[in-house]
Amino acid sequence: MSPNNAISVAGAGQPAPAARTAWRFSWSNLGEVLGIAPFIIFAIMFLLLPTIYLVAAAFTSKAGGFTFDNIVGLGEPLIISSFWLSIRISAASAAIGAIAGLIIAMAVIRGNLPGPIRSLVLTFSGVASNFAGIPLAFAFLSTVGRLGLVTIILKTVFGFDIYRSGFNLLSFWGLTLTYCYFQVPLMILIIAPAIDGLKKEWSEAAATLGAKPWQFWTNIGIPVLWPNLLGTLSLLFANAFGAVATAYALTGMSLNIVTIQLYAQIRGDALQNPGLGAALALGMVAVAGLANVIYLVVRARAERWLK
Amino acid sequence: MKRNRIWAWIVFLIGAAYFLLPLVATLDFALRIRRTGYTLDAFTSVLTDPRFQATFGYSLIIGLCTIVAGVVIVVPAAYFVRLRLPQLRPFIEFLTLVPLIIPAIVLVFGYIRLYNTSSILPLTGSALGTDALLIFAYVALALPYLYRAIDTGLRTIDVATLTEAATILGASQITIITKVIFPNIIVAVLSGAFLTLAIVVGEFTIASLLNRPAFGVYMQNVGANRAFEPAALAIISFVITWGAMGMIQLLARFAPRTAARTD
Repeated sequence: MSPNNAISVAGAGQPAPAARTAWRFSWSNLGEVLGIAPFIIFAIMFLLLPTIYLVAAAFTSKAGGFTFDNIVGLGEPLIISSFWLSIRISAASAAIGAIAGLIIAMAVIRGNLPGPIRSLVLTFSGVASNFAGIPLAFAFLSTVGRLGLVTIILKTVFGFDIYRSGFNLLSFWGLTLTYCYFQVPLMILIIAPAIDGLKKEWSEAAATLGAKPWQFWTNIGIPVLWPNLLGTLSLLFANAFGAVATAYALTGMSLNIVTIQLYAQIRGDALQNPGLGAALALGMVAVAGLANVIYLVVRARAERWLK
Repeated sequence: MKRNRIWAWIVFLIGAAYFLLPLVATLDFALRIRRTGYTLDAFTSVLTDPRFQATFGYSLIIGLCTIVAGVVIVVPAAYFVRLRLPQLRPFIEFLTLVPLIIPAIVLVFGYIRLYNTSSILPLTGSALGTDALLIFAYVALALPYLYRAIDTGLRTIDVATLTEAATILGASQITIITKVIFPNIIVAVLSGAFLTLAIVVGEFTIASLLNRPAFGVYMQNVGANRAFEPAALAIISFVITWGAMGMIQLLARFAPRTAARTD
């Protein structure tokens, strides 16, 4: 099992076994405190403080007082539309990635394919899920860009010009198609252990009772995997929502998604309103956080139902 | 069952087409730099570029520093959480998941504001300070994976017994972690390390915002100015990622077989 199979999605941690006695500081515990200190200091300095700082900055005016102006500034049509496009691309690539990844994982694990295919697919998924950013953009430019191999073959061999028919790599569908290259494999990696957990006996029992294979999936398989699916969906959403490099290498600053807006804000900070940048960041955290809250709520309901 | 299998093949082949076509197309593109036919000139041009060597070397060093810093931060914490402080586990696990929830670009924006030249800790004031900031940013990026890899490693060994035995023999806590625990989870640590390397080496956003001469920034630069070299770079990156993942697979063979134990 490669380590990225082991990602448990937000909040999936096991409950801690109840401590026999309450932990209390004493000199004999000094080692524990020192051992865990680097982690805590790191988390405070590089995870918590920067986030808190940005939240505060989003509500601070240029003069240093409290203000809602930066948040109001998010209402600009340009920024609203950048959030909207980002959310659409993230949701679409997460949904397509989750469904395609689930189907591929089901086919590879439960489809009676030759043995080596399973490990081949899982290894490849490990590579592809990490093949993101700049090189991924290059790969898709060489494939379905204006001079890409697939574009040219479709045009010369089949007489079908995808760019004439409305496709554009530098658009919603283009970016979604590109993001799926790391979303689908990530889904495969995360859902594979869960599919492994579906017992063979369940499908045998279902078959004995007269269920067709698809009925096994719609009535048993998917409901059992449901909490996992939802968790992965929010992870995939956040994964796409925070992505910068792929979009930047594909389109430069021309595609109006929120990470590109923030990137431009940070680069040009001196000229622009620093509070607005912080507000953008806060907006991104809010959207990503909301996706996780939705997941937690739905998961709680799904688990209750499973019992 | 037969029909089932046909469907599985169809799904597999469609998936394979989607994932292999871009690689084939990229390779094809990279090889067609000359009109006369396929040549490796794009690769030679990239590999002999001094800026390629400089930026790649820089990113490799930053990657190694990230691994060392990450291991020093994560191993003792994961060890003590497992051994003595299980009540902190939900809290620590939540912290390790923060980088999956808060986008990297937001974190780095916070760093730039928090550690700028007019702050108490002016890390962005010097090249070395900015390198340190970049390393910590990468530790944050790799934290979810590194923590899980190491925690999984710890789960497969009997931490409590090993610690007790070493304590009876008079080992100090530092000795226990470095000489008893660490060698026992080295396979897990190395898996996490290679994954970290795969994430870090081509990273663009953070390095670019911190103005560091990293490999990702170089790739972006080439992409904006050249036609065929980017495709060659994409292939090279893919091979590097494949190499890192291949190492993890190889290491998994040496991992203890008790990995399925859950608690």
